Amino acid sequence: MTHWLFTMAWRDSRRNQSRLLLFISSIILGIAALVAINSFGDSMQRDIESEAKKLLGADLEVESRAPFNDQQKALFDSLGGIQSKEISFASMVLFPKNGGTRLVQVKALEGDYPYYGAIETEPVLAGQDFRNRKAAIVDNTLLLQFNTAVGDSIKVGEITFPVVGRISKVPGQTGISTTVAPPVYIPMQYLEQTNLLQKGSRINYKTYFKFDAGVDVERMMEKMESSFRQEDLRFDTVEERKNEIGDTYENLTGFLNLVAFVALLLGCVGVASSVHIYIKEKLLSVAILRCLGAKGKQTFAIFLIQIATMGLLGSIIGAILGSVIQYFLPIIFSDFLPVAVSLSISWRAIFEGILIGLFISVLFALLPLLSVRKVSPLAIFRTSAEVETGKEDVVKYGVYLAILLLIGGFAFLQLRNFKDTLFFTGGVLLAFFILAGVAKGMMWLVRKFFPVSWSFIWRQSLANLYRPNNQTLILIVAIGLGTALISTLYFVQRTLLSEVEISGSNNQPNMVLFDIQTNQVNQVASITEQFGLPLIQQVPIVTMRLTSIRNQTVEAIKKDTSSRVSRWVLNREYRVTYRDSLIDSEEITKGKWIPTANSGGDSIFVSLEEGLANSMQVDIGDPVSFNVQGVILKTFVGSFRNVDWRRIQTNFLVLFPTGVLENAPKFHVIITKVNSDQVAANFQQAVVKAFPNVSIIDLKLILKTVDEILGKISFVIQFMALFSMITGLIVLIGSVILSKYQRIQESVLLRTLGASRKQILSMATLEYFFLGSLASLTGVLIGLAGSFGLAKFSFEINFTPAWAPLLVTYLIITGLTIIIGIATSRSVLNKPPLEILRKEV
Amino acid sequence: MSTILEVKSLHKSYPSADKTLTVLDHINFSIEEGSTFAIVGPSGSGKTTLLGLCAGLDRATSGSIYLNGIQLDDLNEDRRATIRNMYVGFIFQNFNLMPTLTALENIMVPLELRGEKNAAIRAMDLLDKVGLTNRKHHYPSQLSGGEQQRICLARAFSNSPKILFADEPTGNLDEETGSSVVQLIFDLNREAGTTLVIVTHDMELAEKTQRTIQLKGGRIVADRANVATVMNGRNN
Repeated sequence: MTHWLFTMAWRDSRRNQSRLLLFISSIILGIAALVAINSFGDSMQRDIESEAKKLLGADLEVESRAPFNDQQKALFDSLGGIQSKEISFASMVLFPKNGGTRLVQVKALEGDYPYYGAIETEPVLAGQDFRNRKAAIVDNTLLLQFNTAVGDSIKVGEITFPVVGRISKVPGQTGISTTVAPPVYIPMQYLEQTNLLQKGSRINYKTYFKFDAGVDVERMMEKMESSFRQEDLRFDTVEERKNEIGDTYENLTGFLNLVAFVALLLGCVGVASSVHIYIKEKLLSVAILRCLGAKGKQTFAIFLIQIATMGLLGSIIGAILGSVIQYFLPIIFSDFLPVAVSLSISWRAIFEGILIGLFISVLFALLPLLSVRKVSPLAIFRTSAEVETGKEDVVKYGVYLAILLLIGGFAFLQLRNFKDTLFFTGGVLLAFFILAGVAKGMMWLVRKFFPVSWSFIWRQSLANLYRPNNQTLILIVAIGLGTALISTLYFVQRTLLSEVEISGSNNQPNMVLFDIQTNQVNQVASITEQFGLPLIQQVPIVTMRLTSIRNQTVEAIKKDTSSRVSRWVLNREYRVTYRDSLIDSEEITKGKWIPTANSGGDSIFVSLEEGLANSMQVDIGDPVSFNVQGVILKTFVGSFRNVDWRRIQTNFLVLFPTGVLENAPKFHVIITKVNSDQVAANFQQAVVKAFPNVSIIDLKLILKTVDEILGKISFVIQFMALFSMITGLIVLIGSVILSKYQRIQESVLLRTLGASRKQILSMATLEYFFLGSLASLTGVLIGLAGSFGLAKFSFEINFTPAWAPLLVTYLIITGLTIIIGIATSRSVLNKPPLEILRKEV
Repeated sequence: MSTILEVKSLHKSYPSADKTLTVLDHINFSIEEGSTFAIVGPSGSGKTTLLGLCAGLDRATSGSIYLNGIQLDDLNEDRRATIRNMYVGFIFQNFNLMPTLTALENIMVPLELRGEKNAAIRAMDLLDKVGLTNRKHHYPSQLSGGEQQRICLARAFSNSPKILFADEPTGNLDEETGSSVVQLIFDLNREAGTTLVIVTHDMELAEKTQRTIQLKGGRIVADRANVATVMNGRNN
């Protein structure tokens, strides 16, 4: 009997192949996206594994914020192996050729680092040669930005270096990580002469190790961990770096998989819709089979075999397409890749993709397919008796549950977090329900308040929305979901950007000069004034470290396993200021702000930022001690502050009153506002020329950088969203084509009765206008609500909706729906009725 | 002769809006094996409903139907489907061929459902009997109405049914084609010794059977033997 079921499934499908192809076309892209991402992810994980040492460039990296002391150096020597040293910090550079200045990451290198992989440069040997002479190698994009070539020069601090090579790749660094501060490498022996190593500057000290082949670095560092911790040294081994990068990319592929999965879900809505129409048209065949003695299960099996075969075929085509698409992904992801990815076919991804595609398409098809089991043989006489009445079909609820579990399960596999999974699954379901509710509501409203006095064309097109076999529900869900997804992505990107733009709006400062030494501050202020720029803020900064909280030393807290004090507050270097007033980006939330401390025996009351206070587990009045460059300073918590970190201000975790730190070693920050690009460039040039150690953050540059980074990220997301968009279009086209088979008889009848081409066209246009309009509007509104939720709860920023793009999205989607609707119905319009009847019915 | 179909106190009603619509009421009759039988009556008299119930396509509201000695009322739909496949053949007014199957495949379906090995040979034989061997690979949409009804006829006889139900078998055919199809029905019926139950409002066709019951408003208003036909033994 099984053989007969397959034979019947095949026989019955022969005359429906083009329509069955419509089912599968809607899942192809979703599967393709999943397989492409997973294949790519597999290749990348494999390459991260095989290129692990190149990610670190060494066997071990040790890092500190302070120069390594003798004890630490002795600890390093005890490890053995060969060492390289790197000192890096942010600083301004100047291109003498054109006077251009920019904040970069200066890296002074000594030794043969990287031991694995290479600093890839043009010319090739420059990456190695520059360290033996007075020369610099510079990030390729930076050189292009300042129209500078190899052979020109770059001024780093007080030294001008010839540029001997352009950097294209540094071990473990991605394109996106160098966008903020592009790297400039100089030899270590010239660092001192640049005069950039000033007190107070934020400097990273690193030592790279290479050990003999037999050394088990992981085990060695496990043993050494406590010694390193005692010395406040952070370290990274190859294994750790590999896991960090691996986890990051697993998260990335997980996120992209979810975007791909949405495309697949959208496709499955299409499958359910197509199968629904297909099965409706098969009712007579089912009834005939039942009449001839076929059991419910047998007729069900015939169509299930057809759908499953098509699902399998669609998944296989999708998997093949996905395997091809993955070869284009390195172009899309080029700025995010830590290693060169060598792509290959991932059978795991293909197998998983096919399995998911088959399973999910059958699951969604089951919803309409289940009714086949209940078709009465009496339907052969009258269609009103098509489905057997009686008990509620409980299997249907099982299918709903299975779909829910599948969505939730897939999301959990990608997100590995119960709350996020709940959010994703709930969000998708909510969107489905809202759209379905809108569709049902519209049908109810049109029926309830049907405008009987309107013209025939309006009445006919409105009636089409709720008549039997209408496509209202499916089209609104498919179009609406696609629109919601695209507009959410767009709004979130826009909100993030506008958040940065607000910070740089008219009355806000837009340039920060930092690392100014005490003896330079008056001169820098005077240059600023010479350029006619306001001195909005002039802030002294003192660096210090925490020594005790509530009289318990930092060391004791670190050893206390029951302590709830966050580790980050113990190890960090605090950059602190003092003043006698609060600024507008901060407000006291608890305690009292005491502006001055009289020199002498007065207690010092400091103000802590709320988050810091919470991490320190302190309350008002608790004692907290700091080591201010050798001097231990006992203070008390006087108040908590809420700080708006988004403002271009110098904001601080710890704020001292005046009268305490005035004589401590410090550096200064000046904040100003520059309105013209030309003035900004000239001003920066003047400051960097006079004081090369002073760094400048130009908000315009930050805006540009953020824009660039968001642009790169959104390009990747939009690329993935493209799968959903195209799937949405395919579902739309499929639904319209399938519904055409149902509408054709009526249109032909209307044509036969004398309806003109224009009248039929007007009816179709109006109907698709209603559908497209409502779907896109609902989709855009869901997108708005989704982006509002993401902005408020995930990014914790203000949501700023953009009304013009909203209108454009609405117009485009509605227009597209009308165009596709008309395009696919045109055969009815252009040909004589009889020809269509013979051909299509 | 034994009884092939027995209908006792049959009642069928449907809920309609807020009241109950009675379609058949207090129907009693029985049909002898190998006989020919007609159910006649005006539109809406319940003919097709009665045929559907007798063939096990639906359940009665009350009363009993025995087909080949098996009480249909107690059986679920799948069990009734098996009974249909074993004992029943159908001919419909609108042919009801499966549009996606060829002529030959349509005839093979009942045989294949029974798991018969030589379905194609038997189907070809029947195709030959209805004179459509040359149309075996044609789809229903490629056949004329008369040809479609002949395929339907071949399919109805393919499982050698004990009883054949024909619902207005000539209703969609012109007179000439209709009479040739009727001739073929009776010829094949005689050859196979099958019981024939025809639902029709064509009195001329009804008179070709041995017995006719007349329905009106869901009740039997007349039950008579067609003397001329009975005298002839069977219709010719």
